[in-house]
Amino acid sequence: MRNTHDTKTIFELSKSGRRAARLPACDVPMCDVADLLPAQAVSAGPPALPELSEPQVIRHFVNLSTLNMSVDTHFYPLGSCTMKYNPKRNERAAAMPGFADLHPYQSEDTLQGMLELLYEMQETLQEISGLPACSLQPAAGAHGELAALLVAAAYFRDVASENGDEPRTKVLVPDNAHGTNPASAAMAGFESVTIQTTAAGFVDMDDLAAKLDKQVAVLMITNPSTLGLFEPHMREIADQVHAMGGLIYLDGANMNAILGITRPGDWSPGKEGADMQHYNPHKTFSGPHGGGGPGAGPICVVEKLAPYLPAPVVVKELRGASCEAREDADNSRPETQNSQLPYYRLDFDRPKSIGRVRAFFGNVGVLLRAYVYIRTHGPDGLKRISENAVLNANYLLSRVKHILPVPQGERCMHEFVASASALRRDKDISAMDIAKRLLDYGYHAPTVYFPLTVAEAMMIEPTESESKETMDAFAETLFRITEEDAQLLHEAPHSTAVSRPDEVRAARQPVLVYGD
Amino acid sequence: MPYLYNTAEDQRDMLEAIGAETIDDLFAGIPDELRLNRPLDLPEALSEMEMDRHLRELTAKNSHAGNSVCFLGGGCYDHFIPAVVDTIGSRSEFYTSYTPYQAEASQGNLQVVFEYQSLISRLTGMDVSNASLYDGASAAAEAVLMAMSASRRHGKIVMPESLHPEYRATIATYLENLDTEIITIETPTGVLDAQRLAAELDETVAAVVLQQPNFFGCIEDAQSVAQAARDAGALLITAFDPISLGILTRPGDYGTNIAVAEGHTLGTPMSYGGPFLGIMACDKKLVRRMPGRIAGATVDRRGTPCYVLTLQTREQHIRREKATSNVCTNQGLFALRATVYLSQLGPQGLCETASLCLQKSHYAAEQLCEQERFSRAFGQPTFKEFVIRDAEHDVEGLLKTAERAGFLAGVPLGQWYPDLADCFLVAVTEKRTRSEIDALVRVLAGESASLPAQV
Repeated sequence: MRNTHDTKTIFELSKSGRRAARLPACDVPMCDVADLLPAQAVSAGPPALPELSEPQVIRHFVNLSTLNMSVDTHFYPLGSCTMKYNPKRNERAAAMPGFADLHPYQSEDTLQGMLELLYEMQETLQEISGLPACSLQPAAGAHGELAALLVAAAYFRDVASENGDEPRTKVLVPDNAHGTNPASAAMAGFESVTIQTTAAGFVDMDDLAAKLDKQVAVLMITNPSTLGLFEPHMREIADQVHAMGGLIYLDGANMNAILGITRPGDWSPGKEGADMQHYNPHKTFSGPHGGGGPGAGPICVVEKLAPYLPAPVVVKELRGASCEAREDADNSRPETQNSQLPYYRLDFDRPKSIGRVRAFFGNVGVLLRAYVYIRTHGPDGLKRISENAVLNANYLLSRVKHILPVPQGERCMHEFVASASALRRDKDISAMDIAKRLLDYGYHAPTVYFPLTVAEAMMIEPTESESKETMDAFAETLFRITEEDAQLLHEAPHSTAVSRPDEVRAARQPVLVYGD
Repeated sequence: MPYLYNTAEDQRDMLEAIGAETIDDLFAGIPDELRLNRPLDLPEALSEMEMDRHLRELTAKNSHAGNSVCFLGGGCYDHFIPAVVDTIGSRSEFYTSYTPYQAEASQGNLQVVFEYQSLISRLTGMDVSNASLYDGASAAAEAVLMAMSASRRHGKIVMPESLHPEYRATIATYLENLDTEIITIETPTGVLDAQRLAAELDETVAAVVLQQPNFFGCIEDAQSVAQAARDAGALLITAFDPISLGILTRPGDYGTNIAVAEGHTLGTPMSYGGPFLGIMACDKKLVRRMPGRIAGATVDRRGTPCYVLTLQTREQHIRREKATSNVCTNQGLFALRATVYLSQLGPQGLCETASLCLQKSHYAAEQLCEQERFSRAFGQPTFKEFVIRDAEHDVEGLLKTAERAGFLAGVPLGQWYPDLADCFLVAVTEKRTRSEIDALVRVLAGESASLPAQV
């Protein structure tokens, strides 16, 4: 039941004199603050935080949580985001003190379990991508894009200084790419050049030929694309870009479609395929998405780019067993006598590295959830994930296409993009109207108005962790909505706490903090 | 497969509806020559129980702040996390949701972000906050880019050596492919000298990046630094410690233009350094140049007050290559945890936490310096961490001895500062007890001290 009292802001709920936390008494001799700190460094008074009791804190935030839709409560077919089930064993693993309470500046001797896991994660991501080197450092997909483009820039600086070439200044991005691609290119100091896609949703090879020259550093491609289609000219694109000396970057947002089926590194048999890619472990390897983050954005690259990866990376060495360990081995396992034991360490000694893109090692808590997910599935299980993600998407497509046309065809990979443009024309019902009305029926909306190349786009990704029954009911609901009165839809949703917020007002008269 | 619904019958029915014979037919769009015609070379699947055992084996090879006494700092700290933070952070309505683009389905997340922004604004004394960035270092780098764009100065960025070396490295990486020069000022006294700074400032400098308290734990003369920056028309970016603001002057009070911080200390565990919470707050006039998401209050079609993501024309999904940044996520779950943490602590709780850090770290430094072997490297006031110089030049041996005795005793500084190869950084949070501090001193003094009983 909705509780409107305890969901007032914490500032409205605050009452002077209330408090929740009690700290222990100071057990060392207290000094006068004035003796420890210069007067101008000391604040005039306590920060103006709200004063609440602990039960009030809990009731406030628990009630707020009920105002969200989430994967655990609703079907969430938000295309491009891979809103799959978030396994609870992953959460338990990440909370184990032996992981959660590790400090990043502990010595390697005290981190062998952590480093082993991270090393295995590097190896695993390399195997899945078919690319031989990995950095776990980037904090999100877009951060991985930036890191990889900086790697490319450093590589081309070296190439230019060796060959006396002109510096490469451009990054090519298809028009249906995620907005992060051109934004990352700009941030890395490149000019972003848009490549047209065809009506079928593929790279326009003529436009590519027209724009591909020796100033092109990188072509960024999302494959399967944001339309949920595998690029039929992938090999040709890779070969042409490579022939011109450029690199291929794979935006790995859609890896959920191809695990164990095809590897970006293999996309030009006998030659190099993709040269670099990022992963979105919060999508492909079960997140969670955390209401918008954290994610992680590990990248894999070809051998020639490996020296430029952010430092450090985890390396495995075989070391002679220490005296202590040898004694143990003598006592318990004589067969391991004189054996070499693995030792994991952080390799900072990478003179060509682009350096750091953040502090500390990486988004380890996200990576270790992904590790648990991957180890839970094994090689066969990962392939089953992609098979069922693609099966589910195609099944839902087969149900939806009679209601909303899918301009790019009969088949898809892990997601598809339907269009409400006919409905808009004939009945004045927009993609947004449908999205909002779906909320009334207990479904999260698909991604709408992306990609920009499809009018009234509705990007639908069911993921493998949904049932046929759920998809049937969703498709029936979608049909029912298209039969409803347009005015009813314009004002949808009707059952939620709020409906159609005034976004123009929010942007024109920004109120970004309480009391503004 | 534990997370799949589809039975063999489902699969048959679905394929029939699709009009395909086999699942493999659905992959016909992938040319055969690009297919991987072998299983991935990965270990076989583990059941939940086997996984549990495997993870226990791995964690058994780690020491951690739960079974050792942690005095490590340098931007990541062993602060206490109240149970309410874990309880709310474990609500799957929060952690299994996504970016609140559909405002009606996300009022919980949006209100949390609005409350978070309001708390950060009050804490820092800055006008506005965004919904958070990846971590403190990347937030600092984003602040530098933002300052360059706001000031239209792309010539130079100035930062002292007392700024976290990994923050400096991150900023350098972000600027590597641009034509901006980085001026790094030495800090032999442990803090930035405002006069030395003034000498480096000219009309090409976009921003000065200060850390308060700085990487060595020392209190910078922020007022003088701010004045020097202002005089030169450069913006001041301050990397602050959120916990310190229970006692220290707020960044906004001394003229910071963009305040950034590592916010994991507000209720998010150390987790080997990530994922963390990048805090960013700024002057109102800079808000349209801010990277990342921002929530705002508005009303809905019925006039009901509510929240939305706003000022989105700054962002990559609208502006593409002209966006203020490529950032697409915020650290929503940790912004939530920080909001709950600050709600739970309140003004008194945060003051007391800061005070305990100050008093206990001061006590620890005093006790260590009673040993002839140790002295403070810098004669500056400190907040919760400090640099100790070892007269015997054996930081490595010292820390290894402590480690064997169950103490994560300090961060050796030689890796970043060759001149400080005989020094290490010690952090003391509110969690450390007097008996733990005394035991650390005995161990570092070479006495065989046993660990105080762990509860």
